[in-house]
Amino acid sequence: MSIDKDKIKHISKLARISIDSKKSDTLAKDLTSIFKFIEQLNELNTDKVEPLSSILNTPLRAREDKINDGKIREKILENSPKKNEEFFVVPKVIE
Amino acid sequence: MSKDKFEYFIKGEKNKYEVIIGLEVHAQVSSNSKLFSGSATKFGAEPNSQVSLIDSAFPGMLPVINKECINQAIRTGLGLNAKINNNSVFDRKNYFYADLPQGYQISQYKNPIVGEGKVLLDMPYGSKEIGIERLHLEQDAGKSIHDMDPSSTYVDLNRSGIALMEIVSKPDLRSPEEVNAYIKKLRTIMRYLGTCDGNMQEGSLRADVNVSVRKVGDKNFGTRCEIKNVNSIKFMQMAIEYEAKRQVELLDEGKKIEQETRLFDTKKNETRSMRSKEDAHDYRYFPDPDLLPLKIEQKLIDDLKKNLPELPDNKKERFMSDYELNSYEANVLVSEKEISNYYEEVAKLSDKKLAATWMMGDLFAMLNDKGLNISKSPISAKNFAELVQSIKSGEISGRIAKEVFELMVESGDNPKKIIKSKGMKQLSDPKELEKIINEILTKNKDKVDQYKSGKEKLFGFFVGQVMKQSGGKANPQLTNDILKKLLKG
Amino acid sequence: MSEIIKKNLSEIIDLIKKKEIKSEELANLYIDKINKSKKLNSYITTCFEHTIKKSKEFDEKPNFNSLLPGVPLAVKDLFCTNGFKTTAGSKMLENFIPKYESTVTENLWKEGAILLGKLNCDEYAMGSSNETSYFGNVINPIAKDTVPGGSSGGSASALVADLTPATIGTDTGGSIRQPASFTGTVGLKPTYGLCSRWGIVAFASSLDQAGPMTKSVKDCSIMLEAMAGFDNKDSTSIEKKKENYSKNLKTDIKGLKIGIPKEYRVENMPKEIDELWNKGKSILKDLGADIIDISLPHTKYALPTYYIVAPAEASSNLARYDGVKYGYRSSKGNDLIEMYENTRSEGFGDEVKRRILIGTYVLSSGYYDAYYLKAQKVRQLIKKDFDENFGKVDAILTPSTPSSAFKIGEKTNDPISMYLNDIFTVPVNLAGLPAISVPAGLDKKGYPLGLQLIGKTLDEQNILNVAYAFEKNCNFKNEIKNWWL
Repeated sequence: MSIDKDKIKHISKLARISIDSKKSDTLAKDLTSIFKFIEQLNELNTDKVEPLSSILNTPLRAREDKINDGKIREKILENSPKKNEEFFVVPKVIE
Repeated sequence: MSKDKFEYFIKGEKNKYEVIIGLEVHAQVSSNSKLFSGSATKFGAEPNSQVSLIDSAFPGMLPVINKECINQAIRTGLGLNAKINNNSVFDRKNYFYADLPQGYQISQYKNPIVGEGKVLLDMPYGSKEIGIERLHLEQDAGKSIHDMDPSSTYVDLNRSGIALMEIVSKPDLRSPEEVNAYIKKLRTIMRYLGTCDGNMQEGSLRADVNVSVRKVGDKNFGTRCEIKNVNSIKFMQMAIEYEAKRQVELLDEGKKIEQETRLFDTKKNETRSMRSKEDAHDYRYFPDPDLLPLKIEQKLIDDLKKNLPELPDNKKERFMSDYELNSYEANVLVSEKEISNYYEEVAKLSDKKLAATWMMGDLFAMLNDKGLNISKSPISAKNFAELVQSIKSGEISGRIAKEVFELMVESGDNPKKIIKSKGMKQLSDPKELEKIINEILTKNKDKVDQYKSGKEKLFGFFVGQVMKQSGGKANPQLTNDILKKLLKG
Repeated sequence: MSEIIKKNLSEIIDLIKKKEIKSEELANLYIDKINKSKKLNSYITTCFEHTIKKSKEFDEKPNFNSLLPGVPLAVKDLFCTNGFKTTAGSKMLENFIPKYESTVTENLWKEGAILLGKLNCDEYAMGSSNETSYFGNVINPIAKDTVPGGSSGGSASALVADLTPATIGTDTGGSIRQPASFTGTVGLKPTYGLCSRWGIVAFASSLDQAGPMTKSVKDCSIMLEAMAGFDNKDSTSIEKKKENYSKNLKTDIKGLKIGIPKEYRVENMPKEIDELWNKGKSILKDLGADIIDISLPHTKYALPTYYIVAPAEASSNLARYDGVKYGYRSSKGNDLIEMYENTRSEGFGDEVKRRILIGTYVLSSGYYDAYYLKAQKVRQLIKKDFDENFGKVDAILTPSTPSSAFKIGEKTNDPISMYLNDIFTVPVNLAGLPAISVPAGLDKKGYPLGLQLIGKTLDEQNILNVAYAFEKNCNFKNEIKNWWL
């Protein structure tokens, strides 16, 4: 799989990372070689193999339905780059 | 429009179209705490006060699932006659949004907790089965508030991480009416089960509506549009009507329908394309590595099934056989758990048929008028039953009963007490009635002669006089009988 | 410079217990050397006021029954520490101060340890040389132009330079064992689920495990005992009783079956590594172990599998860094989407961005089956390789790394050659098994090299025992000349 600039543009959009076109060239080159490396897996026939769903064989543990968290607004907002007393504040969202 | 036949079609210039609707209902699970954290789920709390480090996705925070949410999903699945999957998987649905702190929503994609099921609708044109495709558990997002500041959006994460059940129907719905009936039926079932309070004003029940149209007679579905997050039945119906017409117009003009996500603008009463969702279709689902596959023991399913309350469809059948109600009456009386409980209490203490008539008539009118839920009714079931019994036994007439009813609403008193203190008891003693009637006949000799010479319309006049004389308490049947007898003589 | 801080953790604990040194005195010895060792760049944050305050408290009311009585310790800057900056080596979290403590560090403090500071690491633990850190690269004390390995490079460097008596790292594909090998120290990656992941900045959730990095195997057993344990806040934490690894440590390995997987003899591997591996075999054989040749046929596919699974999980785990709740936010951008794109472009370094993009790609529509699903299938095969062989052998011996410490800058422009560093360590993470790297010798340049012992699930005690016996008979000596002072 060769990764070109268009693909970089598409996935960087999905990943919400802006990539300037200068960097895009090196990135395309690096990713192409990485994918070439990754694609060694295609040598293997895995048609009859179940994908690994979890490394642990134990079932999922569930907790009781108790309220024992929350009421820490100050703590939650403290590290935010932009907030007011009650809310996180972000640039306008256009729907 | 005749109601006993299905006929919801959109007429284009050239063709007649059928509307195909599928719903993805998001029902908030009734639970104390969130799906993966111990924060409260109560509606209307101070902004960001019901948020934990997990709900706000701080580095290193991990989800631990709430047992009750699993049980609620299983109960709901059982209520929808659905298959409960012994193995299911939680996946991450990846997308960026201000009110999605993790940058992904924990949901279930390929292996949901509940598989196929069905819901039965009672439509005027007969009963109709709507297929359920699946039900899965997922996290709710927070809330973005766009109107508090002209240049910024405010984010409240109280809702972030609350458990939702997404109930996906098959594309079996064909009209706004059916959508109305379907949502109401789902809500009734979940309220019976206690798995979702169904409160649409508080956002506990919302839906994404998939709409497509096809020429009547066509076998294949058309391209569908998804109308996101509609939070009232009325808006759903309006959105469907608008959207179906929009699609028909496009098709008539020979244009293609783009598969897209649309938003229903409640002010303009129209749907429009959602810009922010344009590139969001690639959700990159994959199993959440912070969670293990969910295994549900058959024993748990069996236990939950055993303890399931009687559901509306079964209750309806029972009401029809036990209380000899017709399908319509039974439907109305099982539509809410509280109503059915009230009715059963009344029916056990009084005449079951008369009780149904009076409940669906005067009681519902009064509650509706006052905007009250039946659980807040000023008339207790016991008192209401006594009222019904007083009518049935002939102690009071229907007309007097209406007066007693009014007084019961005002005072909350027992009807016997009201009847006694106001002397409203029906006059049913034949001797006493004969005495009154004789007096009236004597006083109106001329009218008696006219009656006898053929003016039979005057019968009503005599009844009126008896009622007037008795203060409305004369037993109408008895009055009729005695009058007829005496006028003959 | 005091000889005391050159000692192993277990010896230092003895000195404290015998009251030959106070916690505060010890803390001051470390603080003094840390202050003189800035050249190594192993610390991102220090918190000496806190260290002194806590050590005084300990000295006033000492509890000698704990595992780490009054011992000052620095930890990798991937563990959230309540009230102290936790950066994950990233600009994104340059000023992030968590208000919570990771379970693993909390366990250490409960056992009497005291935080000295936060150690440098590759950005979000993505790297094998500690060169991707936003806070600059770390120097390997063995030679001033070499890398300490990564991603727990700061931890390894600080440990071998005597800037902390022991430390903890995290290991997603070799991030504990490779730097341990590069610095001549001991590093253990526990069974997946033995140590809680709660409060550790996540890289790849199905692979990440915290583990000890120490100067000796005994130290390693003490640290593991202190940090491990069931945690109901982590759904992947294994529910089991705590074990006394240090008390149960023994050198008798007679009759143990040690597997030697032929697939670990890779092309272009330096001869000295092969020799070292043979040395390891003969030491264990002399101790009475049976050496058995085994085959792990899917070994060569481990690294490609890892470079699908780990970036996929990372791309999702790192989506939370969006400039809204905490961390860096770009001032550029007119709407929310632009803010995200600029924040993440400016806040993440190149390697992190590269891996997020790989991960996004392998999960994206149309590619999921070809990459992610394929990788999970191969991962199953890799796990099966181990499962089948662990019926025949009790532990597996391999080299830890295909080379000794390399030069700073040597591999920064060639991601594949950098990734190949983890060729021997990655399979273990994919299979969720425990593995320990123990120093085994020096190469021609005098740089240390390690051997890796891989154990069965939850068989930490066994690989610790083998490593302990090996260590006692290997006579490895690290030569650190303190050239930076």
